[in-house]
Amino acid sequence: MSLVIDSVTKKFQRFPALNGASLTAPQGAFVALLGPSGSGKTTLLRILGGLEQADSGSVRFADLNWLDMPARERKAGFVFQQYALFKHMTVAKNVAFGLEVRPRGERPPAAEIKRRVEELLDLVQLNDLGRRYPSQLSGGQRQRVALARALAIEPRMLLLDEPFGALDAKVRKELRIWLRHIHDKAGVTSVFVTHDQEEAFAVADLVAVMNKGRIEQVGTPADVRRDPRTAFVSEFLSV
Amino acid sequence: MKKLRKPTEDPLLLKLLLGAIAIAFVGLFLVLPLAVVFQEALAKGLGPALTAISDEDSVAAIRLSLTAAAIAVPLNTVFGVCAAWAIAKFDFPGKTFLVTLIDLPFSVSPVVAGLIYVLVFGAQGWFGPYLLDHDIHILFALPGIVLATVFVTFPFVARELIPLMVDQGRDEEEAAVSLGASGFQTFCRVTLPNIKWGLLYGVLLCNARALGEFGAVSVLSGHIRGLTNTMPLHVQLLYDNYDYVGAFAVAAILAMLALVTLALKTLLEWRYADELAASHRH
Repeated sequence: MSLVIDSVTKKFQRFPALNGASLTAPQGAFVALLGPSGSGKTTLLRILGGLEQADSGSVRFADLNWLDMPARERKAGFVFQQYALFKHMTVAKNVAFGLEVRPRGERPPAAEIKRRVEELLDLVQLNDLGRRYPSQLSGGQRQRVALARALAIEPRMLLLDEPFGALDAKVRKELRIWLRHIHDKAGVTSVFVTHDQEEAFAVADLVAVMNKGRIEQVGTPADVRRDPRTAFVSEFLSV
Repeated sequence: MKKLRKPTEDPLLLKLLLGAIAIAFVGLFLVLPLAVVFQEALAKGLGPALTAISDEDSVAAIRLSLTAAAIAVPLNTVFGVCAAWAIAKFDFPGKTFLVTLIDLPFSVSPVVAGLIYVLVFGAQGWFGPYLLDHDIHILFALPGIVLATVFVTFPFVARELIPLMVDQGRDEEEAAVSLGASGFQTFCRVTLPNIKWGLLYGVLLCNARALGEFGAVSVLSGHIRGLTNTMPLHVQLLYDNYDYVGAFAVAAILAMLALVTLALKTLLEWRYADELAASHRH
C-alpha cells in the first residue's frame, strides 16, 4: 500500500522534462519534491494528478496501476499554485463541486453535501466565508479554500504545487504547520512541490531532491541533510 | 497658496479640446445618421411610415431577415464555442491554420463570398446540375441566404471567445477534472459560466451583422420582392424606386432592432453587475 514511482519519463516537444524519475514512499507519507525550477518537479506532480501523460514508466499506488486510470477516477486532490478556484462560484460551491459532479448513484444528498461543506470550511477555519466569491478573499484564504475543495472528494492522494508560493513569509509558516496537521488528520498520502528547502525540511517525512528530470536522492530530512549522496544535492542544500 | 495639481492630470484646455473632438466625432458619425434615419422615416408623419412597414413585401422582408438570423446565429454560436474551446484549451497540429480560416470571412469581401456560393451551387456550378435534377433550390431561395449569412457572421462568436478563453487558461478546467468532473460537466459548470458574458456579446454582434448583411446576400438572393428580399435588400430596392419614406421606415426597423440588441445587453450588464464584477476581478 505504498506509492511507487518507477522510471517515469516525459518530453515536451524535444525538451525532456523527466528522465526516468523513481521514488518509493509509504502510504500516508508527506513527500516533498524539492528542486530548482526546471527540474521536473511540477511535471511529475501533474503526471501523478493525471493532468499530464507520462511517455513511459509506471506508478503504483494503493495496489492500483495509477497511470492507467483517468484523472477523474484517481481521486487525487490537486491544489494549484494559483489556486484555480472557480471564480464564478461562491466558496461553499467551490468546496461542494467535487461532490456535486458525482454520478447520481454516488452523490450524497443535498443536506449531506451542505453538512460536509460546513465541516470542511470549519476545518480550514473559513466558516463564515461560505457565501463570498474567491475574488473577495485574501491569498491565504483562497489557498485554504483550494485545500478544502481538494479534501472534499476524500482524496486518496493530495497533490500540492508550490502551495505557499504566492504568500508572504509569515503566512507561509503558519499555513505549512497547519497543512501538516490537516495531512495527519485526513490520513492521505501527500506530495508537494517546493523550491524552498527550509519548507521541505520543516514539514515533510520524505524529501526527494530533483535535478534535470531525475530524483537525485530520497530520504528523511535528517538523512538527506546529514548525508547528501551527489554533488548536486550537497551543492543545492548548501545554498 | 497655489492649489497643487494632480500629477496625472492634464491641462484644462487640453481636456476640453479632446472631449469636444470625441463628442463631435461620435455625434457626427454615430448619432446624427441614426437620427436622420428616423427623421426621414417620419418625414410625412407616422401614417405613411407605418403603411410602408406593414406593406406585404416589407413584412415578408422582415420575416425573411429574422428567419435567416434565427438559423445562422445559433449555428455560428455552436460553431464559435466549439472552435474557441478547441483552440484555447488544446494543442493540436494545424491550430494556426484553423485560426486563420476563422478570420477568412472578415478578410474576404462579402460579394466574393456570395460569388463563391454561386460557383458551387449555381446552375453552371459544381453541384448545379445535381441540384437542378433533384429540384433542390439553394440560390435565390432561403438556403442561399442562410448560407451567405452563416459565412459572413462565421467569426463573430469565435473571435470574441478565443482571446477570453486563452486568457483564462486551463487551470479551472484541470481543477474540475481532478475533482472528478466529466468533460461535459467541466464544460457546462466551469467553462461556459466563465465565458457567458463574452459569448453573449459575440452572439449579439453576430445577430446584428446577420440582420444587416447586404453584399453576400445580395449576390445569392436574386432580389425577388416578397420572396427572397431581406430587410437591407428591401431598403435598397425601395430607395432605388424613390420611395424614400418606405426605405427609411424599413431602415428604421433595422436600426431599432440594433438598438433593442444594445439595450438588452446593457440591461443584462446592469442586472448582473455583481456577478460580472466577480468574474472580472481576481
